[in-house]
Order: sequence, then structure tokens, then C-alpha cells
Amino acid sequence: MQNYATQIKAFIIENFLFNAEGSSLGDDESFLENGIIDSTGILEVVAWIEETFGIRVPDSDLLPENFDTVQRLTTYLQRNADKHGVPAG
Amino acid sequence: MCGIAGILNISNNPLIERSSLEQMIGMLRHRGPDGSGFFLRHQVGLAHSRLSIIDLEGGAQPICNEDQTLWVIFNGEIFNYPELRRDLELRGHRFSTQSDTEVIVHLFEEKGERCLEELNGQFAIALWDERKQKLFLARDRMGIRPLFYTTHNGRFYFASEVKAIFAADATIPRTIDPEVLAEVFTLWMPADRDSIFRGVRQLAAGHYAWVESGYGMRESAYWDIPFCPPQHCREKTEGAYAEELKELLVDAVRLQLRADVPVGAYLSGGLDSSAITSLVRRYTTNQLKTFSVTFSDSSYDESREQQEVSAFLGTDHAAVNCSYDDIAAVFPKVVWHAENVLLRTAPAPLFLLSRLVRESGYKVVLTGEGADEILGGYDIFKEAKIRAFIHRNRQSHLRPLLLKRLYPYLALSPTGSAAYAERFFATDASLDDPFYAHRPRWKTTAWLRPFLCDDSMPSHHRDPVETLAAIYGEKLAGLDFFTAAQYLESKTLLTNYLLSSQGDRMAMAHSVEGRFPFLDHRVVEFACQIPPHLRMKVLNEKNILKKALADGLPTSILFRKKQPYMAPDIASFSGKAGQECSERYLSDQAVADAGLFRPVAVRQLVAKCQKGQKQGFRENMAFIGILSAQIIHEHYVKNFQTRPFGPEPTI
Repeated sequence: MQNYATQIKAFIIENFLFNAEGSSLGDDESFLENGIIDSTGILEVVAWIEETFGIRVPDSDLLPENFDTVQRLTTYLQRNADKHGVPAG
Repeated sequence: MCGIAGILNISNNPLIERSSLEQMIGMLRHRGPDGSGFFLRHQVGLAHSRLSIIDLEGGAQPICNEDQTLWVIFNGEIFNYPELRRDLELRGHRFSTQSDTEVIVHLFEEKGERCLEELNGQFAIALWDERKQKLFLARDRMGIRPLFYTTHNGRFYFASEVKAIFAADATIPRTIDPEVLAEVFTLWMPADRDSIFRGVRQLAAGHYAWVESGYGMRESAYWDIPFCPPQHCREKTEGAYAEELKELLVDAVRLQLRADVPVGAYLSGGLDSSAITSLVRRYTTNQLKTFSVTFSDSSYDESREQQEVSAFLGTDHAAVNCSYDDIAAVFPKVVWHAENVLLRTAPAPLFLLSRLVRESGYKVVLTGEGADEILGGYDIFKEAKIRAFIHRNRQSHLRPLLLKRLYPYLALSPTGSAAYAERFFATDASLDDPFYAHRPRWKTTAWLRPFLCDDSMPSHHRDPVETLAAIYGEKLAGLDFFTAAQYLESKTLLTNYLLSSQGDRMAMAHSVEGRFPFLDHRVVEFACQIPPHLRMKVLNEKNILKKALADGLPTSILFRKKQPYMAPDIASFSGKAGQECSERYLSDQAVADAGLFRPVAVRQLVAKCQKGQKQGFRENMAFIGILSAQIIHEHYVKNFQTRPFGPEPTI
């Protein structure tokens, strides 16, 4: 679990917060509400997940319940890993 | 840096005349204004014009070995010459100069053609082996320095630029090859090693050749860009890749600063030139003068970023501003130097920039060229990744929205976008297609082909893409689509357009040598070992380079959205200089005389462009492509003069 969360945070800080000084990201901080990731940016997150974890993400999964916080994404990845036997990072 | 030229009799012929060599080298004075030298035997002649950078007093060429059986002329630099010289001296070789050129003859004595494997540099070499009575030609790994050749009436001619070959003998045919023109109007450059002139070819990058009387020319490759399938890449962390890349770049910069004259740097305001400037400032004790182009048209201008980097790194900065008229006024000269059909005006500001460098008393500049190709920076790679992302789930209505990252103006909606994107970006194309990334570009560039005159389009003209497939197909077949795109872009656009028309020829027009630390072969070989998903991490281009430079540049430059280097095209021809240029080269009479394009189509295009409205990229490319082809026809085919744009010092 921790490994997924760490990787997600690192990717989002690097890719959307551009490593700005003092960048931090809470596990439950909403990407959309806090202006961290816009609706197109979510597709970059999907591309990263597919590239990094070999998971295929269908449109039907593209919901705030799955993608809007580090915590929710971690759960989503964990669930898919359990389903498809994908190792955690 | 210099110009080289030569003639070899390959069948029974009169003796080589010194006057022919003088005419040839006279055309290359801009490449080497500091002196000239000749080597003449009955059947062979070599000529050299020198831009002195290393061993200012003693480095005149041709240079020979101890017993005068090997004679070399050389254009370029061998950056690791002190190390090679030390080894050769230990093996008993005696040197008569301090120049890097002399290393070549002694190393050749030891290793023959395998000497090339030990050279770290950018070069075109011509070496006459008196014992074997054979001519050896070689070109650097990435094709930084040019070498053209042709055969005519039993003679083999070679030179750094085509204009020198044409000056050797007025009977050498000077015609634009319609097949190559059609290739340029598809691929941006000739598909193979041809020049735009029929019968004039170039030695390929990473190749050498032996030329001998009675046998002609035999070419061989000694190096290729070692991109490999992802499963053969090394497994390391991003941090480890970044650290190693930085070490290699620091060493490449250290070597490329070797010169007996001061070395400056181009600074565009983008990541790559900023990276080189940063490495020079941080890891050497050099004071640094930087040079850049600014534009009166603010949509192309990056002066704010240039000043930011210059201030951050403490360089002494100078800039040349380009107005529309400045670009139009020099464009005919730019094409004369480029010797190629151009589809953009982008070389013109670099022509003005090299003039600034020269006027500032500099002969050598480092530039950031090559990083986009080898480290994964271009939008064409990004576009291919997005297309592949869409391709992985073609039912998705949301995925095409990611195209907005590249094309913010696209009116994409979740419902209507999939069909649109599929059509325009061919997202249904197979990922196994070795040209997956490039096909949309070629498709849109080929929109220019209807301008070509029927007469200039042979009915059996070859398909440019098939020509590429014949040359590169086997290599590309084993690569993933991203790596294949990088390999192809490096072998074609980088070598045959950016390093030539925009690089070597624009800098040398004002006797300035460009050096390219990203194209140090050790850097290239290392970059090929980075897995493709780390070269561009999702859509983060040059990911490893950014990590390597993280503490050396302002964050705003590191994470700045990539700006492709461009200059105004049609807009540049809206002023007085542009009008004069259009009237001279694009008149009905001029177009009919050249016989390359359909006069009616050209007339309509010119009329449309003169309306002053914003034009699409097809119109922009067509206008510049046709204009530059017409300029080549005027100055190379119809009215070839040794000095069409004014005098240069005579020999």
C-alpha cells in the first residue's frame, strides 16, 4: 500500500506541481478541488498507471471515486493488483 | 573547422589541374578564411581552406605522416586528440605539429580504417594513401560535418559543399532532381543520401569509403546509433540514469571546450541550450559569452527566458533581433548556403546569429542540438504516445481528450472527439508499423506535392516511404514505436536537415563552428540504454535530462512547456524585402523557367499569402518550399556564379 502511495505522490508532485518548493500532498487532498490536476491531466495519470503498472483502465473507471486523491488511487491500484496479480511497483 | 575539396581520376584522364582545385576551394572561403593549402599529384588533388581553432600557427593542411605516404585534409575537430597523441607518441610516432589533424594520419598508420572507432569528434576526413594509391573518406558518427561527392567524365569530385563541386568543372550537370524534390515535399529532406542536385550524393553519417581508380567507390558503415528494444535496456533507477548522464555531459562539455580560441554558446531560452550553458558555468572555470536570437514578432520571441537563464548563470549575453524584413532580406543567401529546399525560414535567424557571433570575435559556439532526438523531447514522440494511449482502448471517448495537451486549440468533446482523432491522427494504425510516429507528419507534408509540375513528377517516381523502409526497415523492425521514432528522427531530420541546413551551413556561412555536446557518441550510446518509458515519462519529455540538471537551472526553465524553435514563415515576406524576393523568384516567368511547379497554383498561393490573413501550415510550408526551390534554380541551375552575393577574399 505504502509503495503505491509513495509512487503516486512522487509522480503527481513531479508532473503537476513541478517539484515546487515545499510541495506536499495530503493523502485525502482532492486533485480537482485543489486545482492540482484538471480533467485532461487525469488522462496523464491513466497513461502513467498503464505505463508503470501494466493495468488497462477503462473509461468506466474514470470516476472521482477512483482517481481524485492519493488514497483513492492507492486503493484502486491495490484492487487491480489483487485482481490481475500485478506486483506493487 | 574548415572546408575540404578534392579530385581523383578514376579512369584514364588528363592530369589534375591546380586551377580546378583553386576554383573548388575558392567556393569554401566562408568555411575557412584563415588560409588554404593544396596537395597535388598526377591523379589526385586535395584542397583545404582553414578556420584556425587549434594550433593556430602550425596546423596548416594537408598534413602528412613521417614518410609522407599518407596525406590528410580534414574538416572538424577531434576532441580527444591530446589523449590519442600521448598514446601514439608512446608507440614511437613523431609529431611535427600541435594540431588535432595530425593525430589522424598517425592513428591511420596504426589501425587503418579502424582508427575511426577511437575518434571522439565531428569530422569529414579525406586521406590519400600514396602507397595504395587509394582515397579514404570518412564522416563522423552523427553526420555533423558534410561531405558531398559526384563522378563526372572519369573523375571523382568531393567537397564540404556542393557549390565547390560545381565550380570544379562547368560541364558537371547542375539540375534539381524532381524525385528528390518530391521526397522533400513528403519527408522534409531527401530519403537517402542524395542531395537536391541530380547525381550529387553525400557520404552517410557513420560511414567511410575507399575510392580508387578502376574500382570506383566502396562505402562501409563503422557506427550506427545503438537504439535497442526496451528489454535490452539497462535496469537502473531514474536517479542513477540522471547521475550518469550528468557525468557524461560534463565530460563532453569539457572536451568540447578544447580550443586555442574562446568558445561561446547559443542560448535559446529552452532546456537544451540552457543545460549546456549551465554545465559550462558550473563545472569549468570558463567565463562564458552567450548568444541568442530575439524576434520582433512576440509570438516567436523567447528573450525573457534567455535573459532569465543568462542572469541565473552569470553569462555575458548578446542577442540579435529579427524582424520580418531581416528574415526575408537574407533568405536567398540562406538557401545558397543551405543548398537544400527548405520548408521553414527557421535557418535564417541562425544565419543572422552566426554573423553576430563572428562580429563579436568568436569562432566557436556550443549548442544544445541533438538532445530532443536522443533523449526524447519532440512533440512527434509525444503525439505518438498519445495516439498509442488512445489505440489501447479505442472504445474510450475520453482518451482523445489528451490530445489537448499537444493541440490546445482542438475542439474536442468527449462524444465527438474519438472519430475525429481516429481520422486525423490515424489512431487505428498498427503499433507494429515502423513509421507509426511519422506517418501523420508525412501525410500532411505530402499535401505540398500537388504544387509540383506534372513534368517534374516522373510517372514511375519512387515512394519516399518505401525508400526509407529499404534503408531503415530492418533496424526499425526490432524497436518499439517510441524508440523507432527517435532512431528515424535522428537518422533523417537531425542529420539531413537540422545539422546541415540549420546547423553546419548557417554557422559556417559566417565562419563559425558549432559544437554539440549532446551528440558526443558516448552520450548518444548512453541515452540509447535508458528505457523509453523513462526517456519520456508519460508526457514529460527529456525526463532524465531534467533530473540531471535539477540543481543547475531555474525551475521555471526546467518545467517550462516545450517551445519548438520556429520563425515566422509567410509573414516574413509581407514587407518590402519580402515583396522583392517574391517578385524576383516567384514571378510567372521565373516559375515557368524553372519548370518545377505549376505556375497557376503558385500564382494563387502567392495571391492568397499576400492577403495578409493568417495562413495554415500547408500554405506556410508550400510558400517557403517553392520559394527556396526557385532560389536554388536561379543561383545553382540557371545562373551559377562563383560569388552570387558579393565578394569574399580571394586565395
